[in-house]
Amino acid sequence: MFGRLSWAAIPFDQPVVMIASGTVGFIIFCVLALVTVKGWWPYLWREWITSVDHKRIGVMYIGLALLMLVRGFSDAMLMRSQLALAAGHAQGYLPPEHYDQIFSAHGTIMIFFVAMPFVIGLMNFVLPLQLGVRDVAFPVLNSIGLWLSAAGVLLVNVSLVVGEFARTGWLAYPPLSEVAYSPGVGVDYYLWSLQISGLGTLLSGINLTTTILKLRAPGMGYRQMPIFCWTALASNLLIVAAFPILTATFAMLLLDRYAGFHFFTNELGGNPMMYVNLIWCWGHPEVYILVLPAFGVFSEVVATFSGKPLFGRRSMVMATMGICVLSFMVWLHHFFTMGAGADVNAFFGIATMLIAVPTGVKIFNWLFTFYGGRIRFTTPVYWAVGFMVTFVIGGMTGVLLAIPPADFVLHNSLFLIAHFHNVIIGGVVFGVMAGITYWFPKAFGFTLNERLGKSVFWCWFFGFYLAFMPLYVLGLMGATRRMQHYSNTHWQPLMLVALAGAVLILLGIALTVVQIAVSIRHRELNRDVTGDPWNGRTLEWSTPSPPPAWNFSHLPQVDRPDVFWAMKQRRGTAQGRGVNRTNETIHVPRNNPTGFFLAFFAVLLGFSLIWRIWWGAGLGLLGVLVVCLMQAWRTDGEIEVPAEKLAAYEQLHGLKEGAV
Amino acid sequence: MSAAEQTLERGDAVPLSLRGPAPTRVVAGYGFWLFLLSDIIIFAALFAAYAVLSGETAGGPTAADLFDKRHVLIETACLLASSVTCGFGSLAVQGGNRNSTYFWMAITFILGVTFLSLEVSEFSHMLGIGAGPSRSAFLSAFFTLVGTHGLHVTMGLCWLIVMLLQVATLGFQPMVSRRFFCFALFWHALDIVWIGVFTIVYLGAHL
Amino acid sequence: MHAASPDRMSAEVTPYRSTSAKWLRAILVTSSVALMTSCSEGVLDPHGPVGKAERVILYDATAIMLAVIIPVIVLTLVFAWWFRARNSQARHRPDWEYSGRIEMIIWSIPALIILFLGGIAWTGSHDLDPPAPLADAAAPLDIEVISLDWRWLFIYPHEGIASLNRLVVPAGVPLRFRLTSTTVMNSFFVPQLGSQIYTMPNMVTRLNLEADQPGTFEGLSAQFSGDGFSDMRFDLVSTEAQAFKDWVNTAKTQGGVLDASTFEELTKPAKAEGTQTYGQVSEGLFDRVSSRSMAAVSPQRGQ
Repeated sequence: MFGRLSWAAIPFDQPVVMIASGTVGFIIFCVLALVTVKGWWPYLWREWITSVDHKRIGVMYIGLALLMLVRGFSDAMLMRSQLALAAGHAQGYLPPEHYDQIFSAHGTIMIFFVAMPFVIGLMNFVLPLQLGVRDVAFPVLNSIGLWLSAAGVLLVNVSLVVGEFARTGWLAYPPLSEVAYSPGVGVDYYLWSLQISGLGTLLSGINLTTTILKLRAPGMGYRQMPIFCWTALASNLLIVAAFPILTATFAMLLLDRYAGFHFFTNELGGNPMMYVNLIWCWGHPEVYILVLPAFGVFSEVVATFSGKPLFGRRSMVMATMGICVLSFMVWLHHFFTMGAGADVNAFFGIATMLIAVPTGVKIFNWLFTFYGGRIRFTTPVYWAVGFMVTFVIGGMTGVLLAIPPADFVLHNSLFLIAHFHNVIIGGVVFGVMAGITYWFPKAFGFTLNERLGKSVFWCWFFGFYLAFMPLYVLGLMGATRRMQHYSNTHWQPLMLVALAGAVLILLGIALTVVQIAVSIRHRELNRDVTGDPWNGRTLEWSTPSPPPAWNFSHLPQVDRPDVFWAMKQRRGTAQGRGVNRTNETIHVPRNNPTGFFLAFFAVLLGFSLIWRIWWGAGLGLLGVLVVCLMQAWRTDGEIEVPAEKLAAYEQLHGLKEGAV
Repeated sequence: MSAAEQTLERGDAVPLSLRGPAPTRVVAGYGFWLFLLSDIIIFAALFAAYAVLSGETAGGPTAADLFDKRHVLIETACLLASSVTCGFGSLAVQGGNRNSTYFWMAITFILGVTFLSLEVSEFSHMLGIGAGPSRSAFLSAFFTLVGTHGLHVTMGLCWLIVMLLQVATLGFQPMVSRRFFCFALFWHALDIVWIGVFTIVYLGAHL
Repeated sequence: MHAASPDRMSAEVTPYRSTSAKWLRAILVTSSVALMTSCSEGVLDPHGPVGKAERVILYDATAIMLAVIIPVIVLTLVFAWWFRARNSQARHRPDWEYSGRIEMIIWSIPALIILFLGGIAWTGSHDLDPPAPLADAAAPLDIEVISLDWRWLFIYPHEGIASLNRLVVPAGVPLRFRLTSTTVMNSFFVPQLGSQIYTMPNMVTRLNLEADQPGTFEGLSAQFSGDGFSDMRFDLVSTEAQAFKDWVNTAKTQGGVLDASTFEELTKPAKAEGTQTYGQVSEGLFDRVSSRSMAAVSPQRGQ
């Protein structure tokens, strides 16, 4: 009746899990109760859950990511504390069966449900505003993408309390991930939640690519497009090209597990090495999907707060697109030790190093943007400088690992762990934090508290170094990754330092929450009345904070990069008085519950498939079909915003009649 | 003077990239193209898996043992013909001609169903003689590659029914025309993928 | 300049500087200590020609890159500090956004570094290719390695013995490994001797290493393989030539029998516990294990 699901799936005998899930469940209950008692459901449903506004969707992506950061970081704290304890004969407090799930969940959550939503959320919020248009190409699809990601989040978290998670590491190599060696539901949770959220990501990639290439303000050609839009374009092209490989590979593993196929099994001709190749064909572009928008954020931040245009704009664009293309040609560096032979190893090693060239060019360009500027040391600039110092170290160790014989002694060691955390934290996390701080006033109408923001930065900065520099040393000492305990007691002091670093980062995360709370409380003091709190250069700063649903009453006429900066220079001159344009009626997309309901049925489908509840899966599929059909027949997709309303809005916000 | 205004003065057309947001029809088509490209990459991964595993017959039946060229020829003819009829159907949609649309799309549907039933009969024959996907890695790859294409054809046929219902209930409004355009792209793309399947899997078996 | 409340305007960076100097010193001291510790074990303390060659590559590549990285970091901090808004002495070039000469330099510097390192990568990959025989006149010793769940079996085909979880070898003799796995991927790794190589079911990978002098070196699996992974350790003991011969003879006389049934016992999932030697090894065991026929027979976990 319920497939493999039974009461035995809930680990009543594991106090840590029961307490953790109980606490989370209680918090969720309290939140839902509060919302109900206060009568906020109609507002939430109308303004957020069914919203197809890219600004709302962007904020929700980031909210989702922040929530999952707490989950992923709890896993990190568990790992660090376990390793601080389990030296010599000590076994720590997490037996292998749990520890293996924890590090698998940590990696999966951090990459798929923290980093990706952070980056996609930022791109979602910013792109239409920077491009000078009203929304993304496919607003309903945007909502569907968000909610499918949330569905994946839900499934992964349910695995904590119902069943188990994968014990294979975050990429689930076969043969370990095959049914023979992972007979439980763990790998199935992993596969289905990632297939569902992967579809959401792919839809997002298609949406944003189309937006950048087909929806820009008049006069905004590729040369006039902001640099963040270029990096977003590169990132989304990579999503469209790489995520299908993930989908196909996971589908093959699912067929092996569910239907007895032999793609990657040990018997009857299966080839586990093929999985390793396929998964890294996706995996390497994935990290560039994450880091390229972060580079874009830094380009915007460095230029704005130096008060100068970005140095070497054209070579920045070329470097970005070069990285985009090269990222598909290096995947084998993730498994030099699998025995491909000297010629193949050397080719991929050299190709990997080539990526360091455009990346290095970017660093120099940011450096020379600083040169001759008048730098204002706001929180985003702290993140930018912190990034430039930290990322180059990570890049250096990456180039080191790209030399095959060096990798032969460092592969899968804690040195590798330190390297990729170095570039992901130093690059992606710092970039996202800078972006959130930078664009927060645009989204919410008030700036974040600067002092707390800088404290958050220092916690992350020093926390990162404390947590990961010891890991470089440990890797050189021969420590491998995914150990649940180790016999060499020399290593323990370094593990303790790493734990201290993790605690410092935890403080940083806690301070972020405090910062948001304090900023909300003091929002009137930090109100952004002009819409341009940073003296910005690009079009998003020409709108009020927060912008209206339609972004721009009139699409701006663009003729150069940093067009808003030029507009500001011209104001007060004859040219700047501009043309008096009368408002016309415009259309904005109407709210749509399709995304939410599709995600609901996706969760039903995924959960049922995991537990082999075939009727549940059928119901889920049917639900998906019905929701799609209902959307197909929806003809009232847009609402009118009459010219009078636009005029009234402009008057309220002190905008000139016909202004941008 | 903006670049757009400058080019207008010169009398050239304003470049497409400078004209502002593209019309909905262009945006929808472009987005669907991107989706198709991503779908083709899924097929590329499946082709790669097939190429790697085509020799792994684990002592079981090989491609040469199993594939009937005549059967595949008829399947191919059906699918290619359905692309032609789909083309005529697209013209009917563009012309807003309801009856012509129903006629040509119905034939497309019939040809598609014929293709599918031929494929299903091939699969069930193979399953019957113990050459199912769990027999060997080669067969896993074969069933997945060809089966995924067949699944796409099935979904296309379901989509076609929905589209015909939309014409019946909503008429040829822009939304419906756009979707027919996307459907046609999908259907033709499946044809192209089939040519790849036909060449690499079926013809490749007999080399 | 648009209106912005005071706490958002240029927060002076002066207080940061003196505390940062203290922090910098603390970090430098700690890291030097850490580095010095790391130099006495693991990868930076190799005891064989392969590991030594790899250490040279690590040092050389790091030094080459530091020559660029350190100036970049310093320049970043200097530029950020010098061009702060309150510093009226700094040149103000608000429209400077391009310089052909600088472009050429900033593309050339990384390109040259990569050219150099690429050369190291090419020659290093070929010289240190795991299956490539070592440039040593002595006759190599063949060893066959099978990774089990979660133990290591070492077979000496010419000596006709085997050893579980303990790899005894003569010092100064090139070791020619052939490796495979029974169930899942592992990675055979002795950090102080050099390169690791994956072990995979139904496949044979090859590796060549050598221990310069006698000593005991830690070995492990570097590819996660399940619950018993952390215990999947072994010792590589290199001895004098005579001591090795003695060990072989002891194993021959006192060791157990490794035939099909004892081997099947070994393939059952069990965490590593202790060592064992075998004086009689069934002929061609490794070849059978590493070929397709064996894989279908190995017992599965969780059942």
